[in-house]
Amino acid sequence: MKRRDFIQQASAGTALVTIGSLGLQSFTNAVPTKKITILHTNDVHSHIDAFGPEDGRNANKGGVARRASLIESIRNENPNTLLLDAGDIFQGTPYFNYYGGELEFKLMSKLKYDAATIGNHDFDNGIDGLYAQLEHAEFQFVSANYDFTNTIMNTHTKPYKIFKKDGIKIGVFGLGIELNGLVDPSMYKETKYLDPIEIAQDMSRTLKTEAHCDLIICLSHLGYNYRKNPNKISDLKLAAATKDIDLIIGGHTHTFLSKPTIVKNIEEKNMLVNQVGCYGINLGKIDFYFDSDKNISANGISIVV
Amino acid sequence: MRLTHFIFLLYIFTFFNCKQPKLGLTKIEGKQIEITDTLPIASEIEAYIKPYRNHIEKDLDSVLAYSISTYSKSNGELNTAIGNFMADAVYDEANPIFKNRTGKNIDMVLLNHGGIRSILSKGNVTKRTAYELMPFENSIVVVAMKGSQIDSLTNYLIKRKRAHPISKLKLSINENDKIVEAKIKGKDVKSDNIYYVATNDYLYNGGDSMSFFKTNDSLYVLNYKIRNALIDHFKKADTISPVIDNRFIQIKNK
Repeated sequence: MKRRDFIQQASAGTALVTIGSLGLQSFTNAVPTKKITILHTNDVHSHIDAFGPEDGRNANKGGVARRASLIESIRNENPNTLLLDAGDIFQGTPYFNYYGGELEFKLMSKLKYDAATIGNHDFDNGIDGLYAQLEHAEFQFVSANYDFTNTIMNTHTKPYKIFKKDGIKIGVFGLGIELNGLVDPSMYKETKYLDPIEIAQDMSRTLKTEAHCDLIICLSHLGYNYRKNPNKISDLKLAAATKDIDLIIGGHTHTFLSKPTIVKNIEEKNMLVNQVGCYGINLGKIDFYFDSDKNISANGISIVV
Repeated sequence: MRLTHFIFLLYIFTFFNCKQPKLGLTKIEGKQIEITDTLPIASEIEAYIKPYRNHIEKDLDSVLAYSISTYSKSNGELNTAIGNFMADAVYDEANPIFKNRTGKNIDMVLLNHGGIRSILSKGNVTKRTAYELMPFENSIVVVAMKGSQIDSLTNYLIKRKRAHPISKLKLSINENDKIVEAKIKGKDVKSDNIYYVATNDYLYNGGDSMSFFKTNDSLYVLNYKIRNALIDHFKKADTISPVIDNRFIQIKNK
């Protein structure tokens, strides 16, 4: 009977995972729980307007002006919110062809995006075309595995950025996909691609051990998973090969997931990988709750997706 | 200092030290929210977008040429009027650029039938027409190929029997699929000659199983989008009136 209940719950789209042993209900300090909300998009591809009513697949979905009102209402509910994008902001509608990404960056600034990483299509007007639009972006580009030293983008991105919300330190770092074979070399010029797993291990060490972040988020444009090419690095592979990353926000593969994926990292600890399709059709929302240390050791971290 | 004072101080010290117990992650909740038309539109954002949108709409709808009929890629056996139009437009617009850069001429053009993404409607032709015909960002590349590789190209066309758009290539086959005539710019294809074939980057990279491009002698990237070539062609033309011709035909005995 209990098993049946569990299956029913799981089929209804809800799963609950608990790490650690179930001990006695521990004594709770009078410390209020803190809540950090992470909102995210990926592969918006210049879809500023909503799809029209005649669209065969996404009729009346998406649109920046609607996303803006949703984000505002979530921020009103919890001001301790970060808004992130996992790349491929550019290319897909005439807005990009006419304005080269200017409006995309201006709107993301108006929506108060906190950080974004760089996708392969963000090089579609060349690295110079990306650089030319940076003046319109009032948010930080994070990219840890693109070495821009010999390019015009040098010093205009950071490997990571640390945000502090309600006393909680949140480290956000970025990872990009290998450009060779995907983007014409004349577009990305001297940009060097570095191994994502090695860089992610460096980043988690820097953010956890040195900067003492309470939460580590990877903004990735590597792609969710490559079934036909299992050796290709993906978010699922990255998650399993690293530690201390709490959330990977992915992009590139335009993957629509029914819910975020729970993955065991290299230390067998559960973490989340998420991606919300493309074209601004969905907004991802991940809430992190912080409580006194005693409660963690007693009850473990519960993940509800 | 008396011992009681010391204990009292110690108590205060301990108390203040423990005032802020360390917080840790206890729970994660994740979900996805769909952006639907039930959400209100943020009026400030909408007002900000509007002038950009209006400019694009106005520009996309400005009239460049007139099409005397409606053309579809499904009209025609091995060549279509709309495909002939696109391949000829790519030749006409790309050849001066290629010649300017290399001193050589493009010998022929090959695009793909699936790359014609809409019909060309009778009436006014606008930039929007070019976006509908070619919504993708594919750019023109010129591939230097030996005559023997042109044979692979023609074999592909014969095997597929689709009206892939071609220009400057003439191909006739008999009912047994044997080549009756294969000419580039009116001359027989010679196996030792080098031919400059214009196509797009998608096909060059093996799109539509066109594997023959990759064994080339050299590649010239023009940084010129197919769509922009169409727009430039529309701007120069008053009327668009392409026809189905004999550039790729199968001769059937009665």
